[in-house]
Amino acid sequence: MTEQNSEIQRPMAALVPGAEDPRSPLVELSHVEKHFGELHVLKDINLTVGKGEVLVVVGPSGSGKSTMCRTINRLETIDSGVIRIDGRPLPQEGKELASLRAEVGMVFQSFNLFANKSILDNVTLAPIKVRHMDRKEAEDLAMELLARVGVDSQAAKMPSQLSGGQQQRVAIARALAMHPKVMLFDEPTSALDPEMVNEVLDVMVELAHEGMTMICVTHEMGFARKVANRVVFMADGRILEQNTPEEFFEHPQTDRAKDFLSKILTH
Amino acid sequence: MDSFLMLFSEYDVLHAFLVNIELTLWSALFSMLLGTVLVMMRISPISSLRAVAGGYVEFFKNMPLTIIMVFMVLGAFAQLKLSFSDVFATNFFWLAVCGLSLYTAAFVCESLRSGINTVPLGQAEAARALGLNFMQSATQIILPQAFRGSVAPLGNTLIALLKNSTVAAAASVSTETSSLMSEMIEYHPDVIVSIFLIFAFGYVILIIPIGMLTTYLSNKLAVRR
Repeated sequence: MTEQNSEIQRPMAALVPGAEDPRSPLVELSHVEKHFGELHVLKDINLTVGKGEVLVVVGPSGSGKSTMCRTINRLETIDSGVIRIDGRPLPQEGKELASLRAEVGMVFQSFNLFANKSILDNVTLAPIKVRHMDRKEAEDLAMELLARVGVDSQAAKMPSQLSGGQQQRVAIARALAMHPKVMLFDEPTSALDPEMVNEVLDVMVELAHEGMTMICVTHEMGFARKVANRVVFMADGRILEQNTPEEFFEHPQTDRAKDFLSKILTH
Repeated sequence: MDSFLMLFSEYDVLHAFLVNIELTLWSALFSMLLGTVLVMMRISPISSLRAVAGGYVEFFKNMPLTIIMVFMVLGAFAQLKLSFSDVFATNFFWLAVCGLSLYTAAFVCESLRSGINTVPLGQAEAARALGLNFMQSATQIILPQAFRGSVAPLGNTLIALLKNSTVAAAASVSTETSSLMSEMIEYHPDVIVSIFLIFAFGYVILIIPIGMLTTYLSNKLAVRR
């Protein structure tokens, strides 16, 4: 495992422009609680993510990791606690929330490309409507991003004509077009055929190396080992462990984590 | 056969159908606009708007059309002095369009709502996650897909509207088909079967193409996912 240690020494926030204190928290959750009816899905969640940090959230299904991810841009509301992005608490519904969401990129498990829009329009929509960029400029930006994720040749097609892996790469480009401060990945590869997982992970690895702040809920342990600065282990709505990937995978502290890892790593 | 020729030469049946088609087209336009506004209110984040639109739909959906049409004449026109024109026929034509539109908008709203239910929640979430506000996500993402997903129920609503346009007789539109039919029966009770057949086939001829077009469009426009 030692040869992997050198790989995770990726540049920290120094590469991110405007980061005065490289370790100042960009995303901060404190004492976050959430219920779905009777079900207590998030229990006293405390988490900080620094600028340029890549955080991987793992845990058994139903552990609340997706819910936590979705609370960060308020796709899920919370019952109590505070979530801050770049020092600002999450606003209530309305204009301010929309402008905050514009700065938090989100990639979904089911891609969620707009089915009534071409690939190009999927990427240009938000820059034009939210950032008021002119069409030409937005299209140039979109083509550049689509080229970066390797689907620029599909720009004129509709989402349903693309493979899952291609769709997910477009979804990443769509989020990047807003120049987000942080990217949230909610199980981005879970709905993909196995042979398409890598093409999406490659894009994510590249993003991580470029210094993007990322919060990734994923089951891809290889990805976690390769690029994560920190692995967060959740079970039953709580954060049970936070550690560097090598420490977490080699020396899990809790029985719950040991049990989880033994189930996913023995095949 | 002679009876048909006699009826057609004595009465302007085609004009009567034209009046119903006109009533239908105007009402379709206005009810579509109002129904779209209503459905946007129903899915809006503002609970008072949702409640108003919900109340509207429940009220008009459960109200017999005849009562609405009679109200347009005796209530809106006679009591509330709502008038569109000094010309008798024009005025009652638009009062009937009003009544039909108000009534049909409730059904358009419900049709569109069924279309909205075909749009996966993820589409709206993705729009919100990108920073689009409610109006932007509704007009750019949700409604365009909802319209394409509700072609079939909208077609049925249009068919119902065309048939309901005969209730305009209750709003004193005397030139439309059901008024003409009553008139023809009154003067020619001996050929009553022929009279029925004329109007029955007239509507069948009008409605069958709408149904075919609806089926064609709902396949053609279906959103591929």
